[in-house]
Amino acid sequence: MKVSLTVNGTAHAVDVSPWKRLLDVLREDLRLTGTKEGCGEGECGACTVMLDGEAVNSCLVAVGQCDARTVTTVEGLARGDVLHAVQKALVACGGAQCGICTPGIAVCAAHVVDRGLLVGRDDPSARAQVRELLAGNICRCTGYQLIVDAVIAAAREAEMERAGFTPAREPEMERSGFTPAREPEMERAGFTPARETDKR
Amino acid sequence: MDPVVPGIGTSLPRVDGVAKVTGRARYLDDLDAAGAWHGATVRSKTAFGVLEGIDLDPAFDWSRVVVATAADVPGGNFIALLEDDQPALVKIGSRVMHVDEAIALVAAPTRALAFEALKHITPRVRAMTPVLSIDESLTANTHLYKDTNVFKQFLIRKGHAADAEIDAVFASAHLVLDGTYETSPQEQMYIEPQAMMAEWRDGRCFIVGSMQCPYYVHKAMKALLGCGPDGVVITQSVTGGGFGGKEEYPSMLAAHVAVLSAKAKRAVKMIYDRDEDIAATTKRHPSRTHHRLAVDATGEIIGIDVDVVMDGGAYLTLSPVVLSRGVLHAAGPYRCPVVRVRGRVVATNYPPHGAFRGFGAPQTTFAYERQMQKLAIARGEDPLALRKRLALRSGDTTATGQLLGFSVGTDEVIAAIEGVAGPVPVRDGTGPTGAPVKRGRGVCFYFHGAGFTGSGEQRLAGRATIALKTDGMFEVRSSSTDIGQGSITMFTQIAAGALGVDAEYVSVIDPSTDLVPDSGPTVASRTCMVVGSLVDQGSRALAAQLQAWAKDNGLGGRPLLEIAKARSAHGELTHTVQYEPPPGIQWDDATYTGSAYPVYGWAACLVDVAVDLDTYEVTIDRCVQAVDVGKAINPSIVKGQIEGGTLQALGWAVLENVVYKDGKVANANMTNCIVPTFADAPDLETILVEVPYPFGPSGAKGVGEIPMDGPAAAVANAVENALGVAFDKLPISPEAIAATKAHWRHS
Repeated sequence: MKVSLTVNGTAHAVDVSPWKRLLDVLREDLRLTGTKEGCGEGECGACTVMLDGEAVNSCLVAVGQCDARTVTTVEGLARGDVLHAVQKALVACGGAQCGICTPGIAVCAAHVVDRGLLVGRDDPSARAQVRELLAGNICRCTGYQLIVDAVIAAAREAEMERAGFTPAREPEMERSGFTPAREPEMERAGFTPARETDKR
Repeated sequence: MDPVVPGIGTSLPRVDGVAKVTGRARYLDDLDAAGAWHGATVRSKTAFGVLEGIDLDPAFDWSRVVVATAADVPGGNFIALLEDDQPALVKIGSRVMHVDEAIALVAAPTRALAFEALKHITPRVRAMTPVLSIDESLTANTHLYKDTNVFKQFLIRKGHAADAEIDAVFASAHLVLDGTYETSPQEQMYIEPQAMMAEWRDGRCFIVGSMQCPYYVHKAMKALLGCGPDGVVITQSVTGGGFGGKEEYPSMLAAHVAVLSAKAKRAVKMIYDRDEDIAATTKRHPSRTHHRLAVDATGEIIGIDVDVVMDGGAYLTLSPVVLSRGVLHAAGPYRCPVVRVRGRVVATNYPPHGAFRGFGAPQTTFAYERQMQKLAIARGEDPLALRKRLALRSGDTTATGQLLGFSVGTDEVIAAIEGVAGPVPVRDGTGPTGAPVKRGRGVCFYFHGAGFTGSGEQRLAGRATIALKTDGMFEVRSSSTDIGQGSITMFTQIAAGALGVDAEYVSVIDPSTDLVPDSGPTVASRTCMVVGSLVDQGSRALAAQLQAWAKDNGLGGRPLLEIAKARSAHGELTHTVQYEPPPGIQWDDATYTGSAYPVYGWAACLVDVAVDLDTYEVTIDRCVQAVDVGKAINPSIVKGQIEGGTLQALGWAVLENVVYKDGKVANANMTNCIVPTFADAPDLETILVEVPYPFGPSGAKGVGEIPMDGPAAAVANAVENALGVAFDKLPISPEAIAATKAHWRHS
């Protein structure tokens, strides 16, 4: 079946089984490996993407359901080399440790922040709201505390922006130590990043 | 020790942070090798038996796939670790020792085809009666390990030579407290499942994957492939969590992809499904600890007698070392002249239990901190005041006779908890859903030995290299892996601080056995303290070398970066440092006496709970941990470590469990094998206490494991405080609470 979908602003047409998981289409057919698989049964949230603006577990979505729809993955959160507020806050607050759940958490948190879903971000209740809104994303490293801090911080920044303040943004990736690091070493060891079709 | 090193004690953002938040960090499943095939594993459905054959369905087209069995292992068919008892694949005619043991392997061009082929391979196993409990193991006539079922036992004696003497102490006691404590298996639940890939090129086997210990895999592969050290290259890919679960098990996956790749003559990649990962890989050792305290009329502890039994599962793996750490912590951080600790780890037909953060200590900590709670209740003494009164301090000796000198943070961590404790929660109330609740408070005090036990670090003699590269930049080369705990960021800070350059001039190489020396495994709360110290020393030595070179070349007094730039034109300059034990460390393996660890971390924890009287669920309303870490190199990273460990401990206390049925994991999926979510977790309060360790980098000592040890006991103590009934078994699930209802004293 031919499926047309827009991913991170780019139109794609893929010819695959309609039952193929959106997760696999993203990772294998479109080579967007930022979206991770943690459990394959909708429990861990590592594969969270936005489908027409709603956060979904891409391991539970058949690509046949995605025709003429819009998908945003973790690769689509930054604008060029300017990180999304939640990405910036996750780095600044130490909200990413091993990082495998981070793409899903970043997407879900961006959904929360961009939609303004947090009511009264400075209220004590805001932390409880973040916990409820992100309850579908499991992180085993952090104990969640620093991620909640990051989401609150990002919501605050987004609200400032909506109020007309433009926080100084810099090309973070250049600045704060983006390590393509791990790729050269893999290449030294003879393994290249996924470029060819992963024939899973 | 230089007390003020630039950049140390600041929360530098993780150097891999941006790669991780943008999805650019490449984990094993994100890597490909041209034309790689996918591997899958045929597993036993029987807990115990003899493998009589492996049947291939003649109706299946086997030309499309490659099948490998024990017969295809080129070298020794075992996973070399402490011993060689665990096969990579069960050989026909040999014993199958547990459900989900690997029997054969399949590789295919697609993952779907590999899994399809699995359905057409049937191991023929003559079943025998399995051994499925500690008690059965201790009494059965079946012997699972050599001619016994005991993998390892230890006996520690302090202040007495024979059993009669400690019996006399207990006979003379004013009060004896006696309890039996049980802990459940726990799944590490790293979110990236086990993953590995191998490819043979020019007779060398290249293995890349998710792992904590590249040189463990290297050692195992040399034996399995029958090759020298250069015959196999192990490289760590970005690793999505480990917590001990990727300490020993990755050698098994490496063996499997190496064998498959040799036979398929192409790269083979193997990624476990979550269900397979939960079912087949290691868990925290379940345990049963019998703990006795003898107390005199003044409330002093005069005798401690502990008997620990752990279930090691089907093979020895790391069980002796897990047990060792368990017994070495079993008497707790309390003053006592007469101590006996016995420990055994036994064989059963469960999948091997293995490394998990805390490594035996959480099990025995649960026992001794429940005992201290009972002592406080029996004496009518405030629980925290009791601990403060009895705790070890500088000048005291531990159960192994180690005289404590420096870096004992007892008073500091207890004072930190006292300072924030606030009023005890009101027992009777209403929860957020309107249901009636009982509230309670629990505390605990505990310690954790940092680094390898006894003479382990000396035997290991870990090394790390600091290099000035030809581009004028510095590079840290060690086999320590960053599995999320932040080691590459800390090493960057330590090296930059010691060299006196900005962090941007330092990078940390990804571990590959071709490129880095063996710094030892990434385990035992040793990476920052032990390897970080090598990085610190190596950086200082390299800086001194550069200064000397500068003097000889007319550049004396110039900034280091300028000197480095000039020197780099003449080729790479490196300095390698090997571990030397701090002075005064003496350990006797035969008697289990002496300095069990070079230093300890100290911690106190306070937990407030609410028990819902409609659902019997325990909610953690508040959790404060004060942890003495020596020095927080990067406070944000250290806080993240403590909070992550704390939540794993809270989860173990109330909701995590691995349920076995006939030797098989019955809840092998994330729907039923649950871990805490955002919504389950309380806001965690973390207090960093810094009582420096003179031989750690800037005073730092281990932090990775300690937060896992204590909170479960604090939760049990809090639930007891709420309901007036003792909980001596984990997890404290709603079912466990419901079962005690008739005995609640606070009804």
